[in-house]
Amino acid sequence: MCGIVGLFLKDKSLEPQLGAMLTSMLITMTDRGPDSAGIAIYKGETAGKTKLVVQSDTPQTDFAGLDSALKKQIEGGVKMKVKDTHAVLEIKASQGDAARAALKTLRPTLRIMSRGDSLEIYKEVGLPKNVADRFGLHKMTGTHGIGHTRMATESAVTTMGAHPFNTGDDQCLVHNGSLSNHNSLRRKLRREGVHIETENDTEVGAAYLTWRMMHGATLGEALQSSLDDLDGFFTFVVGTKDGFGVVRDPIACKPAVMAETDQYVAFGSEYRALVDLPGIEQARVWEPEPATVYFWSHNAAPTSTEKAA
Amino acid sequence: MQTIDLADSTLRALNKTLYAQSETTNQTQWEILNPKGAHAIACGLDAPIEVTVRGSTGYYCAGMNQKATVNITGSAGPGVAENMMSGKVVIDGDASQYAGATGHGGLLVIKGNASSRCGISMKGIDIVVHGNIGHMSAFMAQSGNLVVCGDAGDALGDSCYEARLFVRGKVKSLGTDCEQKEMRPEHIAILTELLAEAGSDARPEEFTRYGSARTLYNFDVDNAGAY
Repeated sequence: MCGIVGLFLKDKSLEPQLGAMLTSMLITMTDRGPDSAGIAIYKGETAGKTKLVVQSDTPQTDFAGLDSALKKQIEGGVKMKVKDTHAVLEIKASQGDAARAALKTLRPTLRIMSRGDSLEIYKEVGLPKNVADRFGLHKMTGTHGIGHTRMATESAVTTMGAHPFNTGDDQCLVHNGSLSNHNSLRRKLRREGVHIETENDTEVGAAYLTWRMMHGATLGEALQSSLDDLDGFFTFVVGTKDGFGVVRDPIACKPAVMAETDQYVAFGSEYRALVDLPGIEQARVWEPEPATVYFWSHNAAPTSTEKAA
Repeated sequence: MQTIDLADSTLRALNKTLYAQSETTNQTQWEILNPKGAHAIACGLDAPIEVTVRGSTGYYCAGMNQKATVNITGSAGPGVAENMMSGKVVIDGDASQYAGATGHGGLLVIKGNASSRCGISMKGIDIVVHGNIGHMSAFMAQSGNLVVCGDAGDALGDSCYEARLFVRGKVKSLGTDCEQKEMRPEHIAILTELLAEAGSDARPEEFTRYGSARTLYNFDVDNAGAY
């Protein structure tokens, strides 16, 4: 069992409250997943810039002087913002690969949580409320975001086992369920050259999507083919630069509730997570159909395939 | 009318109060405010009282109900009226998965749609859904009646026993060993009564009956190779 929440804002005036709304939804889902929590927040882009979010178990030593050290190795400067065990590194858009290569030698134990122009991922082990407090999630602004509370079943309770998983630039995945063919799929993907760090089943799901997109599939197509290639139970929520998508396995025993008003589209593992959203009493509330890919995007009307991806 | 506001009272106190009502209680009308999707509201009732929940409920509302009537003015989460023994549960909105699962008796009315696995393993309960139902509904259904005024999803009545399934709209697919059956006068009589009790104006003649083809009841030696 795990908890998923998601919020996609249509009404720009709610953007300053995105973090507060998502945090409250996340905390409501604590009893579905009390061991770790994470959030992916899309904060909008800064022209010409991209972001890496990195995590360290020893932030005092790892983050000390990291920005000035990195600045010497890449072009265009570095802006670093430290939040507890995470640091957001804002760099010139063209320097993403160079920065990752430089970080490997500068701080070999740093883990990359996310990369993208808009996306920032924060995740840690602990009660969702404590994780949210450590990163100051309730103060964050943004256009949309996804949160996850984890009750581990398939692998260890670690930061890297927490969700969301970064699947590609500005893309992330959260999962409620368990995949049963993740070992064979992990071996296959590793042979194909895909980097998979942990024994976690969801990381394999994320790597699968990355691999499909590396070979030219859109995110919508990758999700569609996941219905054939992933065995097990899943409700997936994926984040993209422009919106989010939802897909459930054909059995659909992992719960999912959606609500839509003129102001937002919201996702919750349970209706409970949605009850404090503005205008929820008048919202259209429904369950996403099994084996059906849904997308909401700032770019277009809801479609079954993501045009932007 | 007794009113309990879940904004002020704990769920446990509410359920304890309702459970304590005796057969002869004179407090027969109860209203529950601010359910906000909480789990297990009005579970295990065992008295002829009427409880109205104003809003939407989470998992297992009105589970194991006996004798009581429970009305939900919003939608219900997974497992509503699970293992109901008798009484009546009426949902104005939609119901999530496995509504009325394993129910032994009583009547469950869903005025909106029901999700997957509605009436799974039902054992005598009557379920009337005004809208549609999802996939794998009435899986291993043993007895009772499932009435669907809209459409049914995939694999209706898979491996069912002697439950009667009535669908007015389309059935996406029938499950293993489930087949269309003849509508006889006794079925029209059952439907007429259930539809009236559930407040539906659908006409019994518009329904098709489905039930067990009974080919799974006994071991078939031709299938020996499959084991």
